Amino acid sequence: MIRDAKLWTWHVLAGLVIFVFLGLHMLIMHLDDVVNIASLNPAGGHPIDWANVVARGKMIFFPVTYTVLLGAALFHGLYGLKNILFELNLGDGVKRATTVVLALLGLGLFVYGTWAAFASLALARSL
Amino acid sequence: MLTAKGYPNRLGVGGWLGGGRWGMERYLYTLHRLTGLGLIFYFLLHILVTSARAFGEAAWVASMGRVTGPLFTVGEYLVFLAFAFHAANGLRLAFIELGWGVGKPFEPVYPYKTSVDFQRPLAIVALLLAALLAAAGTLDFFVLHKGVTP
Repeated sequence: MIRDAKLWTWHVLAGLVIFVFLGLHMLIMHLDDVVNIASLNPAGGHPIDWANVVARGKMIFFPVTYTVLLGAALFHGLYGLKNILFELNLGDGVKRATTVVLALLGLGLFVYGTWAAFASLALARSL
Repeated sequence: MLTAKGYPNRLGVGGWLGGGRWGMERYLYTLHRLTGLGLIFYFLLHILVTSARAFGEAAWVASMGRVTGPLFTVGEYLVFLAFAFHAANGLRLAFIELGWGVGKPFEPVYPYKTSVDFQRPLAIVALLLAALLAAAGTLDFFVLHKGVTP
């Protein structure tokens, strides 16, 4: 129970981290015409245009905050999913298997996403 | 040794969706779950799709090309709405978790009051915040929208 309480506290804290960094991500990607932050989309046009991706990719701020957001969101989302699945009266074996699968999925995506964030930094700076 | 027997979810998924007369907050809980499930499934795919930028411009353009079009725009808009609600309601839940905005404990004296009476303004503020975000998103997606440069 103490472990559950700690994990729940981390879940709430991760939610607050996501609120800040996902909020910033949404401002840049989806509210760019309402709240114009020109320095983060310096090429103009759409935020996902390659020129803007490269311009943001050169700033160390992005891979660092993406990694923090990635870790917080994977933990928050997969822990939330686990809690929902556990409410389906699963047997102990299925619960253990679910925990292992979700943990491996989260770790795998965290490693891949972190690699992609820093590989993009290296690529953008080489252009 | 004491062992926890737990509380079996006898109503299953129907128990999650139906809030009966438990009040607005009970439906916010259901919506928080539904939006949370939608967001996590989108997010897992989003990691894979956007990681293409690490492989160069051709891979990025090809990857974005696979998720472009009116259907994806509507899907992305729904994800944005889910984000707006989940973020605003999540902030409300974090406040409640910290004991903010729920009033001070008091002796239960008739006529009884529940803490929900004190939480309602927080729920209304959260919904207003979600509506504000949703309105800004709608403006960006459908009114001021710029196309992707090929």
